[in-house]
Amino acid sequence: MAENKIVDGRGSFCPGPLMELIAALKSSQVGDVLEVLSTDKGSVNDIPEWINKVGHEYITTTESEGVWHITMKKAK
Amino acid sequence: MSTNKICVVVVSGSLERLQMAAMVASVGAVSGHEAVVFLSMNALSHFVKGADTKAPAEGEMGRLMATKKVPEFKMLFEQAVELGDAKIYPCSMAMDVLGVEQEELEDYLEKATGLTKFLHDAQDGQIWTF
Repeated sequence: MAENKIVDGRGSFCPGPLMELIAALKSSQVGDVLEVLSTDKGSVNDIPEWINKVGHEYITTTESEGVWHITMKKAK
Repeated sequence: MSTNKICVVVVSGSLERLQMAAMVASVGAVSGHEAVVFLSMNALSHFVKGADTKAPAEGEMGRLMATKKVPEFKMLFEQAVELGDAKIYPCSMAMDVLGVEQEELEDYLEKATGLTKFLHDAQDGQIWTF
């Protein structure tokens, strides 16, 4: 069954949140939804770029109280 | 997805250059690139086990990075190998000059390599030098 996971990259700088997401993807199943929390603006642009480049499904980016939430689904 | 090879030559022992090299290698290696890293000159001593990894800053950016939660360059190089398609080669000449053996280097490094092999590996890739 697909899971929802939170990857907490708050406080870290590029490429920390991206690498944390990739580490979490390694232990995830196809169909799992992962939400990265980031306070680093560079990562907010870079992570969706990476998701699209490697062929996962990018869902949304939202911001709340200085924290960005980037959501994706593992596609392969 | 691109399968371009990225070859990263690291000669500097300064924090900014090691950090940028680690970022290029790690992000490249997890984004569909094959990353080949060659560590030589002042860069290599940072990869001796137990070495002081506090690389000296060249300027303001390096000093600021040291006070913030920037991922450590050695962690990024290790993640490049663990999570991506990266191979990191210590330069055999630099090892000879430093007097270090393979087993004294971090375990995620490949066997020592000379320039002839590296240049052969690099001939069909981009080359980034730090």
